[in-house]
Order: sequence, then structure tokens, then C-alpha cells
Amino acid sequence: MTAAPPLVAEVPVLAMRPARTGRWSRLPLKAKVGAVMLGIFVLAGIIGPLVAPYDPSFQATSFSQSMHAPEATHWLGTTQTGQDVLSQLLYGIRLTLELAILVGAMATALSVIVGVTAAFLGGLWDDFLSLTSNVFLVIPSLPLLILLLGYLPQQGQTPTIIVLAALGWPWGARVIRAQTLAIRNRDFVAASRETGERTWRIIAFEIVPNEVSLIAANFVNTVLYAIGASVALAFIGLADLNSWSLGTILYWAQSATALQLGAWWWFVPPGLAVALIGTALVLLNSGIDELGNPRLRDARGSQSARPADPTPVWQQAAAPRGPLTRLAGSFSRTALLNEQRGRP
Amino acid sequence: MSFILRRLAFYAVAAWVALTANFLIPRAMPGNAVQAIMAKFPNLQPAAYRAIEAMLGVGHPGSLWHQYVSYLGDVFRLNFGTDVLQYPAQVSTLLAETIPWTLILVGTATVMAFAIGTGLGIIAGWRHGGWLDRVLPGLMFFQAVPYFFLALILIEVLAVRANIFPIGQGYANGLVPGWDWSFISSAIFHSLLPAFTIVITSMAGWMLQMRNVMITTVGEDYVVAAQAKGLRPSRVVLTYAARNAILPQLQGFGLALGFVVSGAIIMEIVFSYPGIGLLLLNAVSAKDYPMMQAIFLVITFAVLISNLIVDFVIVAVDPRARTKEAV
Repeated sequence: MTAAPPLVAEVPVLAMRPARTGRWSRLPLKAKVGAVMLGIFVLAGIIGPLVAPYDPSFQATSFSQSMHAPEATHWLGTTQTGQDVLSQLLYGIRLTLELAILVGAMATALSVIVGVTAAFLGGLWDDFLSLTSNVFLVIPSLPLLILLLGYLPQQGQTPTIIVLAALGWPWGARVIRAQTLAIRNRDFVAASRETGERTWRIIAFEIVPNEVSLIAANFVNTVLYAIGASVALAFIGLADLNSWSLGTILYWAQSATALQLGAWWWFVPPGLAVALIGTALVLLNSGIDELGNPRLRDARGSQSARPADPTPVWQQAAAPRGPLTRLAGSFSRTALLNEQRGRP
Repeated sequence: MSFILRRLAFYAVAAWVALTANFLIPRAMPGNAVQAIMAKFPNLQPAAYRAIEAMLGVGHPGSLWHQYVSYLGDVFRLNFGTDVLQYPAQVSTLLAETIPWTLILVGTATVMAFAIGTGLGIIAGWRHGGWLDRVLPGLMFFQAVPYFFLALILIEVLAVRANIFPIGQGYANGLVPGWDWSFISSAIFHSLLPAFTIVITSMAGWMLQMRNVMITTVGEDYVVAAQAKGLRPSRVVLTYAARNAILPQLQGFGLALGFVVSGAIIMEIVFSYPGIGLLLLNAVSAKDYPMMQAIFLVITFAVLISNLIVDFVIVAVDPRARTKEAV
């Protein structure tokens, strides 16, 4: 009797494991690399401020600590006022990721609401919502963000999040509207309507679960947009400059002319962090894309599954004629396959 | 033609939304130019408020509707008010000096990036799995780098260390802007590195999109049929596959334009380039509201007009846009 509970607890774990690793190994390589890179940064954001060796806002009393190149005590060197760049970076990653994930969640929620509503209400509402999202797509968002935030007497994290989310939904809304229009005519939706399900139930349990991958891709894109926009805004000084985000570190580095003074250790790490987080998100997204569209997958992996080249005639035609044709021919699939097989 | 007419109507709506937002934001948000000046000079008496308001011409007399009508009239006459930072210069005068710089640099570089990116995308999509495909993750890195950061790195490496390019500015010190060769050559030389930065960072996005559409197109039956007919590969790639794959690319070009232009303008700051970006940076740090508003309108209208040009190209290239029931 006493031994029973642990046994019961163990069974689902054993059953779950193979399924999980299976799903992971089926992911495209790009998605795996992106997920791992992103994971490292998220980890840095979570534990960063706890393990940061110094106070990022530390004010040195003497100039002896300012502008040190990377060394044993300061792994990424120090700023003009003797602050430790590594500590600033660790704090900055947290704030930037926090902002981006919040913006991503809020804007994606808006996209889903607007997109699904437009597709379901149809008629005049659809026209109005589609027009609104198209208008906001075509108006460049960064100058509008600058205008909105510039009029605030004080810049802070919350207004930035609200404004970024308020301007970040149109693209997602457009995509989700199109997908919803396609799904709502499927048989299973018609079936649940026939059984007398209410509209909200159809939306919440039939439509939205079928758009999860689309919504996930949209979330990743919005996070990417939020990081880019918030860093750019902070770089021109439209952020709370007393807080440490990747953008504000770059702002201070730029305003202290770190570049002209040759202090590369000051502005390279934060910029590189932005770029690597961005790369991770782009990789993750194109991985998600490949999951949905097998044609985009890496040709090397699916080589065996591909039928042999069906056009021997074409191969003859692709035989070199002149230098230009040869150049163009070298871009063809046949030429590539021949290359890989080794020339006869 | 109905396609162009519809697009024109759409841009009219978008322009109206931008104009109205530009009108409402200053009236709905807490800050304003007069408060910014009052905060900068604490010894000003509260009575000076009205005087500064009159000096800048930012007071809001009359009903909201009346203000709106006179605001639209001002914008139509390109009268954006008096600049706060460089008082008493007119905002429109300052903009007229800087817009050509940005227009030439960002415009040329963006079109170049689109052309090169699309070309490379065609090759990568056609030779799916080739070497160009394998460097894609590297290109994704460039896509994710903020423009201004890459600019910082390039200046450090190519201008400060290697001394190949000038560090910044639009032209060499001591030259007077004019239509003589020494000035123009200096201006071109100074624009090479900024242009290169824009091309490198925005190229990757076009290339990725083109590649993805191209891969899908190459699998279509008509491309296989063209190959089976024994057509020259160059003909199959360009007039069969790329010809069709470029249509979504053109539509994407219009939409991504605002994003690219915004990034490029921020990047100008790093180069101390005498364009709109620098004007914008100074306006933001000095809370120069009339200038910020004018720049928002200028960028928005530039993007709308470019979109219209793209639409004309789409009409020329895409037969679907020429039929009556085009969307």
C-alpha cells in the first residue's frame, strides 16, 4: 500500500519522455539552435542580476577605475565612470527581455482579437478592421513611437510597453484574419455550429487551437520588433535613462563617445547581445516556418527522399555553351547534383 | 487602372490618419513645447507662459474643429511652425536643408539592397542547399543586428582602425556645399560607408523572403515543364520562376519600407550624417515638438509616396493588378 503512490507517479514520466525527445529531435536544426541561443539569454536574464559581480550604477570616486579594457576583475571592462560593463549587460538583458516578452504577449493578444473578430463579424466590421490594420501597417511605426513617447514628460518602462504593444498588432491581425477566414469554412467548424455550439466556444475551442503555430510565429516576430524598436528608442534617449537596458547602455556609450575613445568593450557587448537575441528569434521563426512548409527544409537532409532528376534532356541542354550560359547553368539544380556526385 | 485608384484612396485614408494623429497627439499627451522651455529656464515667471506660447505660435485658440481646419491648412502650405531648438528658424527651412541628404542616401541604398537581396534570393532559392543557402544563418545575424550598431562596428573597423573611410559627417570639413566636383566627390565618398551599412543590414531580409518564395515556385509544375521542354536554365530561372516569385516580394517591399527607412534614419545619427536622423535626435533631446511632428509627417509621406511608386511597378509586372476585379 505504501509503495503504490511513487509507482503511479513514475509511470506518466516514463511514458512522456520518449514523446518529448521525439518532438525535439524532429525539430529543424535552425529551430534547435535558435531555441538554445534564446534559452541562454533567457537564463542570463533570470539569474543575471543575482550573479552580476558589481552594482551597474556604481559611481567611482576616482578616475583610476574608468575606461579599463577587459581584465580579470572586470571581464568586459569598465565605462567612463568606472561601472562594470558585464554587470550592466546582465541587468540590461533582463529589462530588455522583460519588455519584449510583455509587448509580444500583449500585441499578439490584440492581433488574435482583431483578426478573429474581423473574420467572424464580416461585412462592414471586417472592412473597418482590415482598413485600420492596413493603415497602421503602412504608417512607419518608429517616427510615430517617437512622437508618442516624446510627448510624455517622463520616459519609463510601462508607457513604452503600452505604446509598443498598441502599434505592434496590425501584421499579426492581418495574417490571423486570413487564416481564420480559411478555417471557418472547414467541415469541423460547420459541424460544431450544427451541434449548436455558441460562437465564442467555436472561436476558443475550434478556431484558435488550429492557429497555434501561426500565433507562436507571430509572437516571435513581435518580440523581435519590440527588441529592435525599444533599443532604437533608448539609443536616441527615449527611455528611462536611469534604468539598465541594452538600449540605454548603448545610449550612454554613444553619448560618452566610447567609439571615438576606442572603448569597443563598452558598445560591442550590448549590441552583440541584441543581435544574438535577434538571430535566435529569426532562427526559431524560420524553423517554425520549415515545420509548416517542408519544401523550405534543408535540401541536404531530404536528399534521399527526392526523386532522381527527371530530365536527362535538360542535362544535355545545360551542357556549357558560352561563358554566360555556363554561369547561369551553374545555378541550376542539375549542375549542383552533378557537383555533389562528382564529375564524370 | 482601378487598382491604382483603389490604392490612391487607401493612401488618402492613411495620410488622413497620420495627419489626424499628428494633430491629436500634442493635444492629448501631457507634455508641450512651452512647458519644456519653462522647465529649462526655472527663473521664468509663470506669466511668461503666454508670451512663449505666442512666440512659438503653439497656442490653441478657438474650438477643436477650428484648430483642426487651420492645422490642415498649415500642413498644406508646408508651414510646420517655428523651431524651438534653432529659434527663430522655420521648421520647413531646416527640413528642406536636410531632406535631400537622407533622400539620396537612404533611397539609393534601399533600392540597391532590394535589388541585390532579391538577386541573391533567386540564386539561393534555385540552388536550394547550395553554398549560398548554407550561409543563411549568418545572414540572419545581419538581419537581426540593429542598423546603428553595425554602423558603430564598421566605423570602428573601417574608419578608425583601417582609415579607409571618413568617420562621419556628410562632406569634408572646410568645403562649401555646392555643385562643384570637389564637394560632390567628397559627399559621395562620405556616403559610401553609411550606404554600405544600409545595404548589408536590409539585404538579408529581402534575400530570405525571395529565397523562400523561390523554393516554393521552383517546385511548381510549370517550372518543371519549362525544364522538361529543354529551355535554357537562365530562361527558366528568370522568366519562369523568378518572374512569378518576385510578385510577393514587391508587395512586401512596400510594407517593409517604413521599417527600413526608420532604421536607416537612426543609423544616420551614428555617422553624424547631416540628414533627418540627426535633426530627429536633437529634436528629441531638446523636446523640440514642432520639429518632431514635422519629421513624423515627412517620413510618413515619403513612405506613402514610395508605396505608390511600388504599386505602379506592381501594375507593370503583375497582370492580376491590371484586371478589373483586382483588390
